[in-house]
Amino acid sequence: MPHAAGVAHDTGQALHDHAHAMGAPTSFWRKYIFSIDHKIIGIQYYFLALVAVFVGLTLSVLMRFHLVYPTAKMWDLPIWKSIFNGQQMTPEMYLTLMTMHGTIMVFFVLTTAPQGGFGNYFLPIQIGAADMAFPVLNMLSFWTTLVAFIIMMAAFWVQGGAPLAGWTAYPPLSGIGEVTGPGEGLGQSLWIASIGTFCLASLLGALNFIATTLQLRAKGMTLMRMPLTVWSWLVTAILGLLAFGVLLSGGILLLLDRHAGTSFFIPGGLVLNGQPLVDHKGGSPLLWQHLFWFFGHPEVYIAILPGMGAASQILSTFARKPIFGYRAMVYAMMAIGFLGFFVWGHHMFMSGLSPYSALAFSLMTGVIAVPSAIKTFNWLGTLWNSRIQMTCAMLFALGFVSLFVTGGISGVILAQPILDSYFHDTYFVVAHFHIIMGVAAIFGMFAGTYFWFPKMFGKMMNETVGKIHFWLTLAGTYAIFIPMHFLGVAGHPRRYSETTGVDYLKSLDGVHMFISHAAFFTAAVQLIFLGNLIYALWKGPKAPKNPWGCTTLEWVCDSPPVFDNFGGKEPEVFHGAYEYSVPGAKEDFIMQNDPQQVPEHH
Amino acid sequence: MAFLLALLIVAITAGLVWPLAAKMWWTPLLASAQGGDFDSHFLLSMVMCVIIFVPAQLALAYCVVAFRDRAGAKASYSHGNNFMEVLWTSLALVFFIGMNAKGQSMWYHQRMEAAPADSLMVEATGEQFAWNFRYPGADGKFGKTDFMKVDNSAGNPLGLDPDDPAGKDDIVTTTLVVPVNKPLEVILHSKDVTHNFFVREMRIKQDAVPGMDLRIHFTPSVLSKDLPPHPDGTKGEYEIACSELCGLGHYKMRAFMQVVTQEEYEKFLKEHAR
Amino acid sequence: METSMNWKKLLGLPLVFFALIVLAVGCSKKETEKAEDNPDDEDNTEAAAANAPAVAVDMANGATVTGKITFTGAKPTLNKIQMDAEPSCAAMHNNIPSQEVVINDNGTLRYVMVYVKDGLNGKSYKPIEQKENLDQKGCLYEPHVIGLVNSEELDISNDDKTTHNIHPQPKINREWNESQSSGDVKKKEFTQSEWPPIPVKCNIHPWMKMYIGVFNHPFFAVSGADGTFTIKGLPPGTYTIAAWQEKYGEQTQKVTVKSKEETKVDFNFKG
Repeated sequence: MPHAAGVAHDTGQALHDHAHAMGAPTSFWRKYIFSIDHKIIGIQYYFLALVAVFVGLTLSVLMRFHLVYPTAKMWDLPIWKSIFNGQQMTPEMYLTLMTMHGTIMVFFVLTTAPQGGFGNYFLPIQIGAADMAFPVLNMLSFWTTLVAFIIMMAAFWVQGGAPLAGWTAYPPLSGIGEVTGPGEGLGQSLWIASIGTFCLASLLGALNFIATTLQLRAKGMTLMRMPLTVWSWLVTAILGLLAFGVLLSGGILLLLDRHAGTSFFIPGGLVLNGQPLVDHKGGSPLLWQHLFWFFGHPEVYIAILPGMGAASQILSTFARKPIFGYRAMVYAMMAIGFLGFFVWGHHMFMSGLSPYSALAFSLMTGVIAVPSAIKTFNWLGTLWNSRIQMTCAMLFALGFVSLFVTGGISGVILAQPILDSYFHDTYFVVAHFHIIMGVAAIFGMFAGTYFWFPKMFGKMMNETVGKIHFWLTLAGTYAIFIPMHFLGVAGHPRRYSETTGVDYLKSLDGVHMFISHAAFFTAAVQLIFLGNLIYALWKGPKAPKNPWGCTTLEWVCDSPPVFDNFGGKEPEVFHGAYEYSVPGAKEDFIMQNDPQQVPEHH
Repeated sequence: MAFLLALLIVAITAGLVWPLAAKMWWTPLLASAQGGDFDSHFLLSMVMCVIIFVPAQLALAYCVVAFRDRAGAKASYSHGNNFMEVLWTSLALVFFIGMNAKGQSMWYHQRMEAAPADSLMVEATGEQFAWNFRYPGADGKFGKTDFMKVDNSAGNPLGLDPDDPAGKDDIVTTTLVVPVNKPLEVILHSKDVTHNFFVREMRIKQDAVPGMDLRIHFTPSVLSKDLPPHPDGTKGEYEIACSELCGLGHYKMRAFMQVVTQEEYEKFLKEHAR
Repeated sequence: METSMNWKKLLGLPLVFFALIVLAVGCSKKETEKAEDNPDDEDNTEAAAANAPAVAVDMANGATVTGKITFTGAKPTLNKIQMDAEPSCAAMHNNIPSQEVVINDNGTLRYVMVYVKDGLNGKSYKPIEQKENLDQKGCLYEPHVIGLVNSEELDISNDDKTTHNIHPQPKINREWNESQSSGDVKKKEFTQSEWPPIPVKCNIHPWMKMYIGVFNHPFFAVSGADGTFTIKGLPPGTYTIAAWQEKYGEQTQKVTVKSKEETKVDFNFKG
């Protein structure tokens, strides 16, 4: 079915012709800073996430440090003194670090890099478009995201410091003010303002992604010929469009509760710090949890779906084999996206949610495990009878599959309320979501970086250094998170700043010591990646057009692509994205715009 | 390199599964009647998970080695196999839903059936960062409370109304003392933010949400004095550890729970009667 | 050309956003730093006085006010404080009576704050160089009531084996809430005079509570273990002296004091 979107396609073309009527900008500011070029914006997003990930990483190292050396004096650094009072880290500082670590990682890394970064850069190119459907809106999305990041960071330096209510910010803890804890004053308000701003940016971005995918596909690029990366970005954008609006409204209500005297989330009859709270009544703390997790669960998929897309693309490329079950992969992604909106209650089994609805949410969660399993089986099927080339990108994609299985399987345990009545809010949960949403998604980003860096910057990264980075990171992250399962099995609650408060935790200190040192090690290893990246930017060898022998359209362009990607000549697409090792073909891959015939298949 | 990766994946798989399979790490002593459900279902779920987890990781390790890039190696040209897709989709469906359904019936018994009529009722009220427990006293009725009357430093942490006759004999303690083998219904309240009542040996956990009246029931089955000591030799105690972030003292929000004989329990009531 | 115009307009938007945020953050910081201005509280004369130039206290020529706080009537039944949740403190003492009312052995009342309520004509007095100590011992505050001159240093120490958090909840001064590990010492101050006294709590041990009265003059005292108090260096004149107890509230008496003379002012609280 060539030209599925015939008429719409023409309007889209008109849109982007309009945006690009001026041709390439020449001034530095318009070319690199306030750029409307999706590629520059993608790089801006990527570097924002890179800054954020190192901030988040530093916070986690400090947390792990405090857990094992709770009475140690910290370095007498000006930045430390500007944020915290006292050189010894306190429980509230730990919670502040934890809250900001979670928030920065979830929003400004896991949401920003895979979708905003790679998605922005490669979605238009992979469908054969010259830019996003709304380039100016695209620029606005990035700058709004940056503003959100600045507001978030500002929370560290205001009176009372950054909030301590966790990235989930459950009211009443987050909904009343300084009385519930340090950082719950201005810091928490800034946190909410930042998240609200971020939601706006993400909504704009999501609209743009959806419009671009549906309207700007090149001739012959039917939906079922799109690379799985494009599918993952499309599904992610749809999730973002539906989910971020809910968080935005939740955030507005929370701000109103804090500053305008409303009581959406604050019930009556509270006594805080010994003083009765008389100016609130009638609210429900559970309402926030519903709103938050209605966003929060799809958010998990927003973080991981682009990783799945990248892993599929990279596995197929370096296995030199078509992806196993392309259609099943697409349907699985759609199913995950769809079902992702019906499982939020599994975060709330112990929250006072009706036990009846727990049954339904648990069942839906069992169902959503099925498409996830399908994806895993298909990746293994892709590897079967293949010829695996061990590039850095491939190693990270293989690591992604391993992590996805490990993190997914503990989800099967946590999806059951009867088991949650032990595991809820223990380190088992921490292990689960870090492996699947944190580490797996970041492996997807690493794989994407090693894979697309030559295209984005026209330089090659060092493969040997990259491989050292891979081995140490895979071993290191597993060393951190495997023992956390054991802490959970022993009943260790999460978000504890010290192990001194509950007696049975003392026997687990050895495990904490191991985890912390694994974390210090793994964090240090990431400097290898940073070094490799920065070195390659300046001194890396020049990248050819298609270094990996890949089939998708970005490899048709120069490295890096020119301002409008294809130099004004829109490519025509003749077949699907993963035609590797086609019998009788000249090479072991056939590009999507190569008119060569491929055998019939479905 | 392929071998190294396969080895690493196998090592990771073993590192996760072995300590659990060899019971080097497992849940602590079971000390409640209903907790057996959790233990058996956790074991079953773990076994089922291992059945998926280990083959999946090993298959990955196998592929990495068997299909490594060697001279003369050739990738097959295949876009998939519909039969296989249908097979593993239906297997996964049966597997996940089956396991889920089994756990659901246990959940039903624990959370949706009312507490036995002869249950001992105790109210547990959380606050930043402590618990107070209230027993209804001889009349079996909890007295009225008023949040305006709450004053911890004056010894009225729950705001008991001194004018309500039903509250005259209410007993308020900071340690939960209960008789062994008697069904217990805990009514969870919170004075300020959301807290969580978790006793790991009892396999019971529930948030205490301000403004809500949440009830759980379970039957403690092992006396406190029969608990094994901590590894450092100190006496083992049941600890109620807060499991919902509640502020800076979250990690210290701990109360003790004592499971005693009926006689000791009656003595405790007498001692604390007002 | 047309696109370029739109483009520039949109370019301005994030810049405006930026400016607003920077402004908002900047302002809010200033606001909290300068909380002492407290413009909302117009009838708070003490607060206004805090900004007037401070007068030195003349200890040599000043008057002295002394007295005793007696207690009559039925002794209140005090609830017991249970410390089971903190074994290190419960080992020191447990099920002890609440400190809401502390009656000395000689029948007098302890921890009554006596202060000059009126008569200083809005003058503020330079605090005599000194600092106050607040100890946390056995999960109780020692002392239970403290008077401070504004900006006077308060040293808070933790003699317990456990971590405490100190959480004063003032109405005028800035609220803070910090945990303090065993053996740690904190130096704090309240920049604004504030009455009624600021309740201070430990949330980790919610039974722990004490009060801090902050004045813009040093003419206050807390009754001790013998129920007496002494206020020194008061300039000659007529004053309203107030005695405040957390359960029984405040009583006042008018007195006229003369230079270098001692004046007796006794208070009696009824149970």
